[in-house]
Amino acid sequence: MVAEPHIGVLALQGDVREHVVSLEECGARASPVRRAGELSTVDGIVIPGGESTTMSRLLEAFDLLEPLRRHLAEGMPAYGSCAGMILLAGKVLDGRPDQHQLGALDMIVRRNAFGRQVDSFEEDLDVTGVGGGPMHAVFIRAPWVESVEPAVEVLARVPETPAAGRAAGRIVAVRQGSVLATAFHSELTGDRRMHELFAGMVGAR
Amino acid sequence: MAEMLKGGVIMDVVTPEQAKIAEDAGAVAVMALERVPADIRAQGGVARMSDPDLIDGIIDAVSIPVMAKARIGHFVEAQVLQSLGVDYIDESEVLTPADYTNHIDKFAFTVPFVCGATNLGEALRRITEGAAMIRSKGEAGTGDVSNATTHMRQIRAEIRKLSSLPEDELYVAAKELQAPYELVREVASRGKLPVVLFTAGGVATPPDAAMMMQLGAEGVFVGSGIFKSSNPGQRAEAIVKATTFHDDPDVLAKVSRGLGEAMVGINVENVAEPHRLAERGW
Repeated sequence: MVAEPHIGVLALQGDVREHVVSLEECGARASPVRRAGELSTVDGIVIPGGESTTMSRLLEAFDLLEPLRRHLAEGMPAYGSCAGMILLAGKVLDGRPDQHQLGALDMIVRRNAFGRQVDSFEEDLDVTGVGGGPMHAVFIRAPWVESVEPAVEVLARVPETPAAGRAAGRIVAVRQGSVLATAFHSELTGDRRMHELFAGMVGAR
Repeated sequence: MAEMLKGGVIMDVVTPEQAKIAEDAGAVAVMALERVPADIRAQGGVARMSDPDLIDGIIDAVSIPVMAKARIGHFVEAQVLQSLGVDYIDESEVLTPADYTNHIDKFAFTVPFVCGATNLGEALRRITEGAAMIRSKGEAGTGDVSNATTHMRQIRAEIRKLSSLPEDELYVAAKELQAPYELVREVASRGKLPVVLFTAGGVATPPDAAMMMQLGAEGVFVGSGIFKSSNPGQRAEAIVKATTFHDDPDVLAKVSRGLGEAMVGINVENVAEPHRLAERGW
């Protein structure tokens, strides 16, 4: 196990700083990544929350899309929250037709599934592999996972409560090998367990 | 909750077609309005909330968040915008103020608000009223970035000053800023606002956007600068790239090439004082 995993945070747009702070608090070294060269220097990559369409556009414009796909195919650990989950998925519903997918998770996500900004939603979730009680999850214009292939392990679903409405039972956290994704923003709540899990995955490689 | 917009560009649009161009270019959100600030300035008259049909049309056209403007203090315009399902409300000095004493009580709404500020005291008063996002005001509709620079530097300088003060001087600092002591203390200890700080007003070129980012903005609003230029799609995309790579002059040089004419603009100093929008709000 590496003592201090070096984890990059894709810094094209979104809440990069919150992820950097979360990772550093877990004892990892974190740095922003905006260029293909920087991607080669890190042991794992976080794709933050933000607008997936904007990030997709910038990935293409700055020739990061293929290098990122290649690193993921070669097994680079990755964690995506919200927009990051959308980008990591194989297929997106309600996205833009020209939106790029990294295809690191064999699943279909639905973009903005929870609705608009005013439909932002908070819920306590039990997450498989995360000990110490439920996590408080914040969903902002969040996606959910519509369906997964057998290779994808479901880590959390929205509880089946009346308050959850259409979201009840939806998949919101997954793992496939060394790739982790949450529909919620673990970087916003001060609860570092998701980042600890990911830093452990990177360190274990 | 406006963190997801950070590092992004929010563009003023007046039609669904413009909204699509903005989304194609990589905007993180669009501001739906009937007239861009340059036209409001040129045409005069009372500027109000946009027609709900226009806002609906823009909401339907794009998948990114849609913002809309309410007049300062016009809490009913804000109620209408919330019922339309906009993602953010901008309580904006670009429109004619509806109340010269009070701003909207933004805690009474579930939709988040963005508000303009020219200095730290103004920013903290807006946050106290419930703003989830602050933008420097600049002088909208001019294409002259100098006021945005002034406001950004002012806010950042005042935050740095607060951070350097001993604890016992924060009480008077709060009095002078006309802001609650608890909020002043929080800003002093964290060295930043408790909400995101964007910039607005007069941004017309990729280096304008990049300069504001280097001055400490967390993202950029572009009003008239895109759709009053000769090649909006290309300019919009260039400003998005310049905002992400704001610290890389090679990228800035590359994206600045061949953009055609920027908006003509007017110098802020040639705008008669009663017509300066930045001075609305208090």
